[in-house]
Amino acid sequence: MTPGIEHFLIVGALLFCIGLAVALSKRNAIGVLMGVELMLNAVNITLLTFSRFSVSERPITGQTFAVFVITVAAAEAAVALALAVSVYRNRETVDVDQMDLLKS
Amino acid sequence: MHGFGPSLAFWVLAILTLVSAGGVMMVRNLLHAVLFLIVTFLGVAGFFVLLSAEFLAMAQIVIYVGAIAVLVLFAVLLTPRAGRDNGETRWAGPAVLLSVALLAVMLFVIKDTHWSTVVESPELTVADLGRALLNRWVLPFEIASVLLTAALIGAIMLVRSPEEEAEDALA
Repeated sequence: MTPGIEHFLIVGALLFCIGLAVALSKRNAIGVLMGVELMLNAVNITLLTFSRFSVSERPITGQTFAVFVITVAAAEAAVALALAVSVYRNRETVDVDQMDLLKS
Repeated sequence: MHGFGPSLAFWVLAILTLVSAGGVMMVRNLLHAVLFLIVTFLGVAGFFVLLSAEFLAMAQIVIYVGAIAVLVLFAVLLTPRAGRDNGETRWAGPAVLLSVALLAVMLFVIKDTHWSTVVESPELTVADLGRALLNRWVLPFEIASVLLTAALIGAIMLVRSPEEEAEDALA
């Protein structure tokens, strides 16, 4: 069966939902971050699918957007992991259930 | 996208990517989850090649597999007493339920929409991408460099040790 636009979109949707489940359910802050990265990758697949398949005057725009998504993902990963290391240094844990300092 | 080769590549990549993404969810050891994450990134890079975005496939391997995966590994190794457990919070059930519900909605939308697609792949080269980035999208391109600088400085400031901060305060 030749893969068409729907097949790529379904793969993107599946990957996004796995990433969402990981990001929402993991106890370790680094695990949550891995879920976010999976979701960003799924979005990139979807963007490139539309860039490749849809009728458009400027199909390159999808790839351009994907470049920016990768850039922002790199910045986000660096800051989020620095935050996780910083929290670990102060509280000896990266468990998101125990990061409740702002809770009254 | 015709012929046997791309179809085979698609199904192999789909199984590889989704199974290893499921591995990130299922395995109990956090380090193994990171290794599954790397396999997922490689599968996504394969999808980029299949979607004729060669430059992005290379960027995916360099940035995600090369930089972000190593960064995640370092973060795991720098938090030794937090444990290597990849367990779930008590909200795991609702989280999975929400994901499945969202998946159902998206699958319905994908199946129900009539997509108007091109037959032939558009000719997109790296030169086109570079021209688009430096003409039409030059402002976001420059803002992205500011964002990366801010993230670099922010990450360094966040992980400075208290001793270094005390030294800086004295100086």
